[in-house]
Amino acid sequence: MLSQTLQYLFSGLTNGAIYALSALGFSLIYNASGVINFAQGEFIMLGGVAAVLLTSAGVPLPLAILLAVLMVAVVGLLLEKFAIEPAGDADVVSLIIITIGASIFLQGVAQVVFGKGQRALAPFTGDAPIVIAGASLLPQSLWMIGTGAVIVLVLAWFFGRTRLGKAMLATAHNRLAARLVGINTRHVLALSFVISAALGAIAGVVSAPITLTSYDVGIMVGLKGFVAATLGGLGSGVGAVVGGLILGLMEALAAGYISSAYKDAVPFALIILILFFMPRGLFGARVTERV
Amino acid sequence: MSKFMLRMTGIALAAFALSPGAHAQAPIKIGSPLAVTGGASFLGDPELKTLQLYIEKINGEGGVLGRKLELVSYDDGGAPDKAIGFTKRLIEEDKVDIIVGGSTTGATMAMVPLVEKAGIPFISLAGAVVIIEPVKKWVFKTPHTDRMAAEKVFEDMKKRGLTKIGLLSENSGFGQSGKKEALAVAGKYGIQIVAEEMYGPKDADVTTQLTKIKNTAGVQAIFVFGFGSGPAVVTKNIGQLGITLPHYESHGVASEEYIKLSGKAAEGVRLPAAALLVAEVLPNSDPQKPVVMGYSKTYKDRYKQDVSTFGGHAYDGLMIAVAAFKRAGSTDPAKVRDAIEQTRGFIGTGGVVNMSATDHMGLDLSAFRMLEIRNGTWTLAK
Amino acid sequence: MGRFRGLAALALIIALLPLALPNNYYYDVAIRIGMNAIIVVGLNLLIGYAGQISLGHAGFVGLGAYASAVLSSRFGWPPLAAMLFGMAAVGVIAFVVARPILRLRGHYLAMATLGLGIIIYMVLVNESAWTGGNDGMSVRPFSLLGLTLASERAWYWVTGAVLLGAILLANNIVDSPVGRALRAVHGSEVAAQVAGIDTTRYKVRVFVLSAVFASAVGSMMAHYLGFVSPQVSSFFHSIELVTMVVVGGMASTYGAVLGAAILTTLPQLLATFEGYEMITFGLILMLTVIFLPRGLLPTIAARLRKAG
Repeated sequence: MLSQTLQYLFSGLTNGAIYALSALGFSLIYNASGVINFAQGEFIMLGGVAAVLLTSAGVPLPLAILLAVLMVAVVGLLLEKFAIEPAGDADVVSLIIITIGASIFLQGVAQVVFGKGQRALAPFTGDAPIVIAGASLLPQSLWMIGTGAVIVLVLAWFFGRTRLGKAMLATAHNRLAARLVGINTRHVLALSFVISAALGAIAGVVSAPITLTSYDVGIMVGLKGFVAATLGGLGSGVGAVVGGLILGLMEALAAGYISSAYKDAVPFALIILILFFMPRGLFGARVTERV
Repeated sequence: MSKFMLRMTGIALAAFALSPGAHAQAPIKIGSPLAVTGGASFLGDPELKTLQLYIEKINGEGGVLGRKLELVSYDDGGAPDKAIGFTKRLIEEDKVDIIVGGSTTGATMAMVPLVEKAGIPFISLAGAVVIIEPVKKWVFKTPHTDRMAAEKVFEDMKKRGLTKIGLLSENSGFGQSGKKEALAVAGKYGIQIVAEEMYGPKDADVTTQLTKIKNTAGVQAIFVFGFGSGPAVVTKNIGQLGITLPHYESHGVASEEYIKLSGKAAEGVRLPAAALLVAEVLPNSDPQKPVVMGYSKTYKDRYKQDVSTFGGHAYDGLMIAVAAFKRAGSTDPAKVRDAIEQTRGFIGTGGVVNMSATDHMGLDLSAFRMLEIRNGTWTLAK
Repeated sequence: MGRFRGLAALALIIALLPLALPNNYYYDVAIRIGMNAIIVVGLNLLIGYAGQISLGHAGFVGLGAYASAVLSSRFGWPPLAAMLFGMAAVGVIAFVVARPILRLRGHYLAMATLGLGIIIYMVLVNESAWTGGNDGMSVRPFSLLGLTLASERAWYWVTGAVLLGAILLANNIVDSPVGRALRAVHGSEVAAQVAGIDTTRYKVRVFVLSAVFASAVGSMMAHYLGFVSPQVSSFFHSIELVTMVVVGGMASTYGAVLGAAILTTLPQLLATFEGYEMITFGLILMLTVIFLPRGLLPTIAARLRKAG
């Protein structure tokens, strides 16, 4: 029975790691701009798709990963420059619609370029499962969890120790004040999209050997990433990661002990309950709205 | 708004005038609402490609009854409400002579009342039994039913002495319809479903459900009902968990893609599928061999893609329609309908079709072959 | 715009439009526009006037549709009774969740409504013994007092009448003290509260009303199409509905109607574009919001006023 529970936990961690990476992207952009980027899932999809296309064209895997991440980062920049920035101070509803439009647009482009089929990326270090106490885990899952951990550390260093990172935090906190102390808030906004897109692409690449990849792989990952980010409290990096992992574990345990038919409803039921009782998520700041 | 509508009408009329209908004789119109995009695009995409390819081919060879064929296809995304709208458009606006389409069971069932009312022959490309049971006057279908797939699998299990199985179905229209039929016919073959689990089409990890099935007392085999990337993830997870139980899949994974995605883990998997997939290994005496070899080659040459059985269903539908036009000698809907119903001994990619007044599909279990994946390729299971 | 001038103009369009409709297919498109317009007029009260987003309204459409489908086709209820029951049930559900949901702001509200819609969708898919699951189920035609509503033409007039009624109701709310309070909410909630307006009560009322509108249309659609599938309550359908509000023009009832007309007709025009329809749809969404942030009708109206 122990091995069974352990297997559920492994399954939950594997799924949770993907949600966590997706949630980090949401939090990053939200922090810098107050925008919820519904196209975050498409960054993940594009990362996987680009890596698959490049490797099948004969590019070696490490180079393919690098190129894929760069390409998606450029897409992030373009999205910010041509869709978010021109909208100016649009309200929440408009920004949501713009990013949803971008999401549909990117899916459409991927569908035309990549086709409607599914493809897999080869695992980085083989697919011989690691067996621990009767439960098994794929090496690729460790890659995902490890990548997530490294990203969190890098982001913590970036926001805590670098000038640029601090500038981004300042902008998130109060855009006008940031501008007054000489921060170019426009660049900060663009940068947040670039980082988030690159982050999404990394998530897409490391998860592609497990999730497989196709033009429509980003929708559910994106939505659940949004749930995870909200669960942890929008804008909180640690919250995003914890939210993602909790979500993955809850899903696996629900599938294991309650009903696998309703496991996909679990994240959404959970988030509604949490919001009812803790309107700012688990780790959200208790700020008062400025009038 | 009225101006807007008028302009719309104008655009529609302009499009109509530009369409290649200005020949001496009006073309025979084939209407086709298909799920070209969306979750069921793995059906609609090869179906549309097949129809386009073969209509072009037939026209190149002089058409049918001295008239060209014209395809009018709309993308319903697999949504029944859209399929209803497009069917009205095909009947009222495009005035098609026959409808060959309806990729999903939902879309097909939504279209049925409309074609019945209008009296237009309709050859559906969707799976479920309800489409032809009870028999509907104007409605036919070419694909094997989910029930047949389940029966073929259970027949094979029975032969191997496997009676207690775990059923893992996908939470999609295809998977759930399959689950329903599997549960309905299991008893007939003495199969007991001791574990029943579900997974989502885009799940990255299904080891939880598989662990539950594996740990169910007495389970002897696993039967997975799903399509697309889901079953590939399941298959990989089965390999990861080191489960050695006999593993059956449905006809939903009957494409080369599945083997490519699953890799080594697909070794030994059994599934029911049409002869199309094993065209090369069929004995030369097999009546279907020339048909499936021909279709397979034509499709691959044109699209540089592997064939799937779903495109084959569209081929069968189109060819049955064309043969019916020829036999009827006209496009009169009632005569064409009767001619379709009289289809006998038609050899298609899905099997040998023998329709009758009580059977609007005309396939039996022999249309399915039990395949086994050996050394990364399809073989006929012994 | 005068309060009744717009309504009269729309009534005239509805009355004259059949002259330009050559066959049932065009009637079908017109009916779908009308039905979507009813939902969107209600949703516009919530989004445009109260400033509250809902990414789960298709869930309410789905509940209404399935209330009608299941009660009338499986239990033999009279269609009108099933429809009213659906509206009442959806009203109660919306009322119960409204207070905790509307206490949330911005993205948290978006998340909660999105979750609600997705849960409804999953219930409709999974409870297949009742709903027929993913494949959907047939619905018997709408009949009342022995009369059966079957033809496109009949549905056209019914839909047109209901649309006018819905707009009348919406206009009344917009122009009432409640409506003025609503607009205050959109501007500044705190200011409205300081002025002694119970904003939550108004928001709840509008949320419930828009949900009931959606449910009613769900029932109408189920009977008109004779078929329902869980797709009516999909996330994408919720997005389509919000898009209609935004494209047509937030806080503009007739803009909402225009938005419904455009976004219902667009897929018909794109249906033969195969792979490119998603690209086109996505682009149109982005471009309208970026370049016409107030939506089509208000922008056009402003231009006309400037020119005149």
